[in-house]
Amino acid sequence: MTVHTGVRQWPGEGLTRVPYWIYSDQDLYAQEQERIFRGNTWNFLCLEAEVPRPNTFRTSNLGDMPVVVTRDADGKLHAFENRCAHRGALLCLHQQGERKEFACVYHNWTYDLAGNLTGVAFRRGIAGKGGMPPDATPERHAPRQLRLETLAGLVFGTLGTETPPLETYLGPDIMRGIRRVMRAPVRLIGGYSQALPSNWKLYMENTKDSYHASLLHMFFTTFRLNRLSQKGGLVVSENGAGHISYSMSADVAGKEYEQAKLRTAQEGYALEAPELLQSVDEFGDGIGLQILAVFPGFILQQIRNSLAVRRIVPQGLERTELVWTCFGFESDDEALNALRLRQANLIGPAGFISMEDGAAVGFVQRGSHAAARELSVVEMGGQGTSSEESRVSEAAVRGFWKSYRAHMRM
Amino acid sequence: MPAELGKIERAPGRDLVTLERQFAVQDLNARYAEAIDDDRLEEWPEFFRPDGRYHITTAENLAQGFPIGIVSATSRAMLRDRIKALRQANVYEAQRYRHVLGTPRVVARNGELEARTSFMVARIMHTGETTLFATGCYRDRIVLDGDAATFAEKVVVLDSRLIDTLLAIPL
Repeated sequence: MTVHTGVRQWPGEGLTRVPYWIYSDQDLYAQEQERIFRGNTWNFLCLEAEVPRPNTFRTSNLGDMPVVVTRDADGKLHAFENRCAHRGALLCLHQQGERKEFACVYHNWTYDLAGNLTGVAFRRGIAGKGGMPPDATPERHAPRQLRLETLAGLVFGTLGTETPPLETYLGPDIMRGIRRVMRAPVRLIGGYSQALPSNWKLYMENTKDSYHASLLHMFFTTFRLNRLSQKGGLVVSENGAGHISYSMSADVAGKEYEQAKLRTAQEGYALEAPELLQSVDEFGDGIGLQILAVFPGFILQQIRNSLAVRRIVPQGLERTELVWTCFGFESDDEALNALRLRQANLIGPAGFISMEDGAAVGFVQRGSHAAARELSVVEMGGQGTSSEESRVSEAAVRGFWKSYRAHMRM
Repeated sequence: MPAELGKIERAPGRDLVTLERQFAVQDLNARYAEAIDDDRLEEWPEFFRPDGRYHITTAENLAQGFPIGIVSATSRAMLRDRIKALRQANVYEAQRYRHVLGTPRVVARNGELEARTSFMVARIMHTGETTLFATGCYRDRIVLDGDAATFAEKVVVLDSRLIDTLLAIPL
């Protein structure tokens, strides 16, 4: 069903109610691309390690707009729309590689690594015939170039003319949370993508929903690996755009876990291979889990020693690609690398504590299909969007909508 | 056809892969796939040696030398834990698979058999929706011990990097 945004009003209750038409409105989808992804937001494009040397590139997205990120001969980063100035064909057909320039395969128009049009094939025609008029200015239709900022190895881009500096956009808490994880030069260890059967916002809400974690993801609970006493908290940035949900690590290698195992073994709920959960406190602060998300589509994950960035790519109203890139650090020794690889069983589309997310967002999409006039209730932890100690809260979800409504002028 | 392509493959030890060994590999994977497709998941770990390795990755990761696994187990115990989790903890809509296996290419090496078998897996949701869920290649190391064949290693190399919704049941 396509509904028109003109008749849509945000419910009077404010951020504690989310109308279901927000996930099923085709016009709204197009407007989001313009006002959010191509608007005044910072979008995570890739890790610097993905364009490691001069003359390397990788493709990425700004919402559903295809983008090429490059590192030029001088080592400077650029990003531009993956679209030829001529007929709009993709300029770059590879996910990554090395290139000194780009040439559109369709008519061989060429571009430098900053995305500037450098050549038009047969511009003056052949033997004085054909070609473009002398006053033609195809350069004016060149692919749009993004403004970039990097932070601790992360590359962010924006097309917005009024996007504040990245540091201001993120705020001090989120900056600290990013720097905490991105503590050293990154080494890539691989990645994969997950096709989510839902609107992009449902996945972003899911990552900001600290309330669902122990209820939907039953792995830790079933195997009695949760600690009710586990300390943690929820940090929401002032503009609502960023959040961090964190918890202190349970000492799974110590006495506490052994005791738990004794209890649960009798009930048949112990892990046969508990080494799955062996981890080290590599950040030295006892925080075992930190999920950090930045509006509109970036997630930085530390689940024990499993580190990854996730990038949300909207691919239409009811389809979203989630791009996972897992990493460690150049300084990792073999033992730490082995821990990261083993703990990767916790994450991704087959992850013990993450596989459900791909399905859950689809359940909402399907369940609310005929409920455009109904409202969902987002009232755990009250009405606010501020940081708090309890993770039994939807404050970060409300923060998402606060940010969303500001950008959408809704 | 160049003679090279038609040559019978011999391992460095000049051990000719016999029909019997070819059959053993094919039979092992047939029984393996049937156990999964028939939802006898508790039997799945038993196809592996106690220190067997099961790893799901993508062709892209493999080509770039990236070690990450979508699933990465290094013992039969870890496989049992995964099935226990699927049965008791993880939440996913009722679904089943249908494996279609290709002809294995088998090489004997160091007393083991190395085999590559193409597979296609359709996923059938409880709603009836049937889709092509995964294609790829099994890269197996198989140990023959008397009448028994077991996996010392099974690396599932997916052709695509994109997984639809979730991957709960093993491939």
